[in-house]
Amino acid sequence: MYNKGNELLKLCNEQNKKISEIVIAKEMAERGLPYEELIDNMKLVLDTMISSSKSALNKEVISVSKLTGGDAKKVEKYKNMGNTICGEIINSAMAMALSTSEVNASMGKIVAAPTAGASGILPSAIIIVSEKYNLSEKEMIYGLFTAGGIGEIIAKNATISGAEGGCQAECGAAAAMAAGAIIEMIGGEPETSLHGASFALLNIMGLVCDPVAGLVEFPCALRNASGVINALVSADLAMAGVKSMVPFDEVVEAMYKVGKAMPESLRETALGGVAATPTGEDIKRRIL
Amino acid sequence: MKNYGVFDILGPIMIGPSSSHTAGAARLGKIGREIANTSFTGVSFFLHGSFAKTYRGHGTDRALVAGVLGMEPSDERIKDSLNIAKEKGINIEFIETDLGYEHPNTVKIVFHYKNKEDYYLIGSSIGGGNILITNLNGINIEFTGNYPTILIKYTDRKGSISRISSILSNEDINIATMKVSREGKIATMVMEIDSPIEDIIINKIKALDEIIYITGINPIGR
Repeated sequence: MYNKGNELLKLCNEQNKKISEIVIAKEMAERGLPYEELIDNMKLVLDTMISSSKSALNKEVISVSKLTGGDAKKVEKYKNMGNTICGEIINSAMAMALSTSEVNASMGKIVAAPTAGASGILPSAIIIVSEKYNLSEKEMIYGLFTAGGIGEIIAKNATISGAEGGCQAECGAAAAMAAGAIIEMIGGEPETSLHGASFALLNIMGLVCDPVAGLVEFPCALRNASGVINALVSADLAMAGVKSMVPFDEVVEAMYKVGKAMPESLRETALGGVAATPTGEDIKRRIL
Repeated sequence: MKNYGVFDILGPIMIGPSSSHTAGAARLGKIGREIANTSFTGVSFFLHGSFAKTYRGHGTDRALVAGVLGMEPSDERIKDSLNIAKEKGINIEFIETDLGYEHPNTVKIVFHYKNKEDYYLIGSSIGGGNILITNLNGINIEFTGNYPTILIKYTDRKGSISRISSILSNEDINIATMKVSREGKIATMVMEIDSPIEDIIINKIKALDEIIYITGINPIGR
């Protein structure tokens, strides 16, 4: 039905439908699943996301390697003190993104969205927006279908794997999916969703994947925190009417080419970036 | 261009921290259990490439063991699987090794039994929780476990393939893919089918004279 952003937009415009509605129709047609089953499956995704986004806010969750953890709780506490630079929404979103990342590193249950390494971004964005705008569970579920549709296009035309395209592929895709979703959730047009998704990819184009000791911990959790903020500001820019001069499909292709041009040392091998600093190397020696 | 669905992007629902090091590892272990029969007393895991280098930090060890204990990739007991195996009296060992030209996330899983010979399989975790089984007890083979899969070892005779496939068509089952290979007189067939495998089908094929071994594996959660 669609492989590209412009094909998705065309379907939305022809049928006067939201992105989520087109994505749901495609899933029903291609998988032969009834509407109710799709919604139930996505509710399971949403419930897991809500749980992972909240469970490290009030108790310290420490990684299996014991290297990282407890940062979500720190940010949540700092936010509650009420005198932050960025305010409640930004800090709350960062805390929730960190929470899912910490749950992931502790071998807790998460939803890969689109990957485990970037799993904190989309849940946090969906939750923070639904809280601010008092949205229903159904609206969050529809938002997730929009996110899935955008992610699908990125996966098909580029990559969502850090080993193939660096962090820009994982956290970039997650932020693009989140931006597109929350724009639809607050009433933005399909075209606006794709502008927001483009901004999110543009903002971190070229970001490398350099996990210390090869573990999905540092700097991954931090990049989930900044990733959700990337999604929020990208969505606000697009809702304000700012347009991406380069269309979404070309931005996706550019991201893919940048990923291909990255040396292997910067694609999840833990041989470059912060992983290859003296401290990173020292941690690797101690852990492995 | 690979065809993705929305739940390939928003999923799997899994235990962290890495879809290839944890979710894929649990699926490899679980598929091993399905094929190897559950009466094993011990399991050795020969870890290759990135699996060998990072298995402790990524929890690949716990995920593999959880899989052979029968847990799905989303089971929250994965974290405690090493202790659960100990309680069940199953001996577990991990050996870092070089399996040759294999995918970086590859494991050879050897099942040990009280009264019979070891059984092993080799498989790789190829990303996003997807796996590829490449060897069963020395026989080169390729299947993903994403579809209901039937594995058959048989003494090759004229018409074997048609006898097997007509059993399936009589049961109104469509064969999606089929691969047959042969070493000496012994043929190995891997079939992916479009509907869940039921015992009745396995039993009907098993009743053919030439069948040495047959097993059916339904898809493992992703």
